[in-house]
Amino acid sequence: MSLVDVTGLRVEFGALRAVDGLSFRLEEGAALALVGESGSGKSTVASALLGLHRGTGARVEGTVEVAGTDVQRASEEELRRLRGGRAAMVFQDPLSSLDPYYAIGDQIAEVYRVHARVSRRAARARAVEVLDRVGIPDAARRSRSRPHEFSGGMRQRALIAMALACEPRLLIADEPTTALDVTVQAQVLDLLHTLREETGMGLLLVTHDVGVAAESVDEVLVMRHGRAVEHGPVAGVLGAPTQPYTRELLAAVPRLDAPRKASTAPEEVVLEATGLRREFGRGKRAVTAVDEVSLVLRRGETLGVVGESGSGKTTLGRMLVGLLEPTAGSLTFEGRPHTGVNPAVQMVFQDPVSSLNPRRSVGESIADPLRARGERQEGRIRERVGELLERVGLEAAHYDRYPHEFSGGQRQRVGIARALAADPRVIVCDEPVSALDVTTQAHVVDLLGELQRELGLALVFVAHDLAVVRQVSDRVAVMRRGRVVEEGPVGEVYESPRDPYTRQLLAAVPALDPQAAARRRAERRELAVA
Amino acid sequence: MNGLTGFVLRRAVGAAVTLFAISVIVYVVFYATPGNVAQITCGPRCSPEQVHQVARQLNLDDPLFVRYGHFLQGLVAGQDYSTGTSVQHCSAPCLGLSYQSDQQVTQLILAKLPVSLSLVGGAMVIWLILGVGTGVLSAWRRGRISERVLTGITLAGTATPVFVIGLVLMIVVCGELQLLPFPQYVALGDDPEQWAWNLVLPWLSLALIEAASFARLTRASMLETLAEDHIRTFRAYGVGERSIVGRHALRGAFAPVIALNATNVGSAIGGAVLTETLFGLPGIGQELVHAVNVVDLPVVVGMVLVIGFFVVFANAVADVLYAVADRRVVLT
Repeated sequence: MSLVDVTGLRVEFGALRAVDGLSFRLEEGAALALVGESGSGKSTVASALLGLHRGTGARVEGTVEVAGTDVQRASEEELRRLRGGRAAMVFQDPLSSLDPYYAIGDQIAEVYRVHARVSRRAARARAVEVLDRVGIPDAARRSRSRPHEFSGGMRQRALIAMALACEPRLLIADEPTTALDVTVQAQVLDLLHTLREETGMGLLLVTHDVGVAAESVDEVLVMRHGRAVEHGPVAGVLGAPTQPYTRELLAAVPRLDAPRKASTAPEEVVLEATGLRREFGRGKRAVTAVDEVSLVLRRGETLGVVGESGSGKTTLGRMLVGLLEPTAGSLTFEGRPHTGVNPAVQMVFQDPVSSLNPRRSVGESIADPLRARGERQEGRIRERVGELLERVGLEAAHYDRYPHEFSGGQRQRVGIARALAADPRVIVCDEPVSALDVTTQAHVVDLLGELQRELGLALVFVAHDLAVVRQVSDRVAVMRRGRVVEEGPVGEVYESPRDPYTRQLLAAVPALDPQAAARRRAERRELAVA
Repeated sequence: MNGLTGFVLRRAVGAAVTLFAISVIVYVVFYATPGNVAQITCGPRCSPEQVHQVARQLNLDDPLFVRYGHFLQGLVAGQDYSTGTSVQHCSAPCLGLSYQSDQQVTQLILAKLPVSLSLVGGAMVIWLILGVGTGVLSAWRRGRISERVLTGITLAGTATPVFVIGLVLMIVVCGELQLLPFPQYVALGDDPEQWAWNLVLPWLSLALIEAASFARLTRASMLETLAEDHIRTFRAYGVGERSIVGRHALRGAFAPVIALNATNVGSAIGGAVLTETLFGLPGIGQELVHAVNVVDLPVVVGMVLVIGFFVVFANAVADVLYAVADRRVVLT
């Protein structure tokens, strides 16, 4: 009997059919990835495996068998024994997935005691044991910490430890690394890999990131609109896809080995930063977010700024547009000192949901920079906003719509239109595509490239995703702990990185090809030893 | 624990500063109000000369800040008052002498305070049990009949004025059923058993009014917590509903309940006038209303300060409890 056997699964939330007739099997000890973009129904499938849709108002049809339990027919009691005992789930956001009020060790012990008849003390000891197993240093002491005292990677390890506690036969991981930095992501994926080798448990990985799937599983099931598009061994599906949608998805994935053709940037410097420094807090608690950063940006070029969370890249971006005052150092724009906000230097923000006011129409949001410049004639404002909307691939008639009526990619286009409204010469994009699906990501990146060529814009592209940065940048600066550790033409930095940190970052990027993934894994081990 | 100690200290300093500010504002507001205090204190039949004499005796001729200085001095070090024929020493913390009776305000408050504390302390226990319990039950059984009935009862409790609830309780429990004697305040030190029996009805009346807001708050914050991701984690690990609601969701509701309780306790100490009046409890609230009526300013100022002290103190305690319940508070 298979570990997981799903036949004709259908899940409906009211009128919305999230999963539409999906069937698949997973054998004991095997690993399968459900890959798809947001809204494809992949997480809904994961929840259905544990019967988590019960009592939520969702309609579930079809049969789901997990580790010998018929999830659809099982009693509450049987379901509870399955959940965590034989099939355990690891969730996406490790901060919100743990109770903020209790020590991590206590939470793991609580779950363990649901499934094993043991004393509190024994459960606590088991918690320390599994925390140690997933590589939490000084596990006995750290098990008394609360989730906020852990870093993101450690929290995800703790969640995996919770999953391991009862030695399940199946591990369901729902976007386990999406909230993590690339080096931490690599560590967590490597951990999952090792654990699977050692315990022989099956893995069902839900992810939007084809690279993550290639790193971790034997089989891939590509989902779209709640249906299976393509299903097969990972090398086959990713190496020689037969379905157009799979090809489209793969083509949209940014690659480390796909350089962009270098733009012919003139030597004219538009923005120059010298010795920029920014501290937060005072006295003993002062934190230096950006430390002695010097950069130049030339007309028409794209400067990529990569780094992990906390590296200071966003702070740097905000200083470049004048939203933050530098503690020390100077900025010049076209040769003149650049302080405060300047209409010619604009910003596109990361989160297109929260960076637009939900109570105002998108047209009004785009019109803000025009009004700020003193434009008063409503007719002219509407006309210009219409042009801008069309310029970014939307329609002039969208003026009166509100942000919630748009998809994530469309909202980011609105954000770009707003930045363009002030006729800027420089746009600083802070993680402009990190909240978007890969296909949408590709469209927004293309749009930025087009605009750059037509308008001669200089772009600063701040991102944590090395592959995206490679695709869009002429030059790249790698940041770590507030400093630029390496800077140069994109080809040089990516092909022959000089700084060890850059090498580490590049080795951590998931590869699409499973063989390359295995090579990278070995490479990472070497780097870790070194 | 170092962080927590520092937090407690910072909070205590903050509370002291707030109290000082309150004392200034209260003093200025009451003493700078228009109206001839000396005339009112002396009585309507006093001659201008007598009024003048009273004013001098009460130091009403001095500038306001000088009088506030005296007031502070009395508070810290005590003060001597001449009452015409004799000199009365009022030891620290001295809040002055009543214009009406020449009694020391501190003594007056100390006599009334146990009554108010007894009333509010007991009522608090009941409203927390009743309110939080109802809130938990209705969050757990949301949408079902039992939840609607519970919510209906607590809402009715809040919507009914205290003198209606209190009167009905008294008529039924003491009059018709004769289960309890009509309430009469007995000091805790004199007879603890009688103290409790006599306070049962006042406690219930005051608690019923307050319970509904606790029920609503508990329900809302528990539902909010129940929708959070970490609850989903525990469900996905087979943790039982009882443990999820009672352990994880309830913990999330603690903080707002502690905060609301602090303000309610603080304000009820001086504000439970209706309950005090209805049940003939000689507490702070009743005395304050009387003092306001006869413009006995030292008593009014003293009592408002004491009430302010309890509000500030209760809030400071709440903040510390908050920090103990959720360690992240200290860090920010």
